[in-house]
Amino acid sequence: MKARWTRKDLLGLRELSVDEINFILETADAFKQVGTREIKKVPALRGKTLVNFFVEPSTRTRTSFELAASRLSADVINISAGTSSLTKGETLKDTAKVLEANHADIIVLRHSSAGAPQFLAQRLKSSIINAGDGAHEHPTQGLLDLYTIREKREKIDDLNVVIVGDILFSRVARSNIFGLTKLGARVTLVGPSTLVPREFEKLGVEISHKIDNVLPDADVVNLLRIQHERQRKEYFPGIGEYTALFGLTKERAKLLKPDCLIMHPGPINRGVEIDSEVADGLQSVVLDQVTNGLAVRMAILYLCGGIAT
Amino acid sequence: MKDRQPTSAAVPIMDAAAIQRALRRVAHEIVERNPDLCSVVLAGIPLRGVEIARRIAEFIRGSEKIEIETGIVDVAMHRDDVGARAELPIVHESKLPLPLEGRTLIIVDDVLYTGRTVRAAMDAISSFGRPARIQLAALIDRGHRELPIRADYVGKNLPSAATEKVRVRLEQTDGEPDAVWLFKE
Repeated sequence: MKARWTRKDLLGLRELSVDEINFILETADAFKQVGTREIKKVPALRGKTLVNFFVEPSTRTRTSFELAASRLSADVINISAGTSSLTKGETLKDTAKVLEANHADIIVLRHSSAGAPQFLAQRLKSSIINAGDGAHEHPTQGLLDLYTIREKREKIDDLNVVIVGDILFSRVARSNIFGLTKLGARVTLVGPSTLVPREFEKLGVEISHKIDNVLPDADVVNLLRIQHERQRKEYFPGIGEYTALFGLTKERAKLLKPDCLIMHPGPINRGVEIDSEVADGLQSVVLDQVTNGLAVRMAILYLCGGIAT
Repeated sequence: MKDRQPTSAAVPIMDAAAIQRALRRVAHEIVERNPDLCSVVLAGIPLRGVEIARRIAEFIRGSEKIEIETGIVDVAMHRDDVGARAELPIVHESKLPLPLEGRTLIIVDDVLYTGRTVRAAMDAISSFGRPARIQLAALIDRGHRELPIRADYVGKNLPSAATEKVRVRLEQTDGEPDAVWLFKE
């Protein structure tokens, strides 16, 4: 009836089939329901150990994974870059081998280098879940965005999805592009030409440098965070200029269809990529994304961590 | 599963009419045992338990003119063998009428075997609330319990060997005529 899940790892949306993505989203429906129960904890991963291995800082993704694992009754250990032996010069592989020797069943990895999760997945028996690797992929964010669109619009096929901002350095954008195009959405990327190069057209998306032209037809607008900490001057004109040209201001939001969804992976820079009133407005599904992130991560941990190894 | 048609080793146990009669009797027993019928909830275990619960509710509606509430209780995430089986059970969304306090919840499944599924179902139900009592109805009880669990309502007792397989087919869930088969290995 459906594709059965056979993967021990979740590395990215690029390698997943349409059936696999739909299967994850359907599994997440069941786990979202768990959040409405009086007791929001199920024994699915009892006895399993999950290690949150975050070599790059993160609060919301790490917390979401930790909560998801707790709700599945797994034991959770958090390791961040500052507290790991990586600072003493240990290699990623050696640190991970130590985790495996301690019987870590699932390792959730965030790393600044693209491909780090794949590197570990090929070398360890543990399940590896990519929680963001460099500018490559952030598959659970992509999945929770898909889940939220599907929940609110009851389909993904044939929708116009506009992704605005720093596409070049965004793993969220890549995971969204792979997932959305596979499920039949039309994706348009918007931003300064330095951050939205023509190269992306190869992924089957359209590119625009004028946000006012694409907003009226949009069914979903996903605003990416302007990553101050990563921006270099040659790519980025200046915050004020960015907001003037690409920010979703109150005035621009009037161009949107009334049922257009406004999404943001967070954390939000209020007044930069989005005005405060728009972020808190009726069309914003930012907090739904957070709630759905928990359900999607529970589904992923159940599927990858639950298969017999 | 669908491609596996009954072979010569398959023994027919029940046909559509027999299943119909058995479920009608189970419906009557439920009515007899539960004077406060309005408090009863029939909670089916996916997939076939849900369909069987629906049919029992229909029989009760027919004879008693009372609408019995039904629900779905999924056990996949409450099983104790996740990671030990080659195939991961597919999780379905559970749906139960809330609150459960004061209600009589009847778990409905197609085949009662080791009792582990029922244990998982009771675990799942307790995360929704605390029903006044939980009862158990099964179309087939084939024995071989591994836990101290017994059914309150049984459509048919089917003594079987552990090496045999019981297969239930229902029109609505399998797209095949209603039937119960016993497979000799």
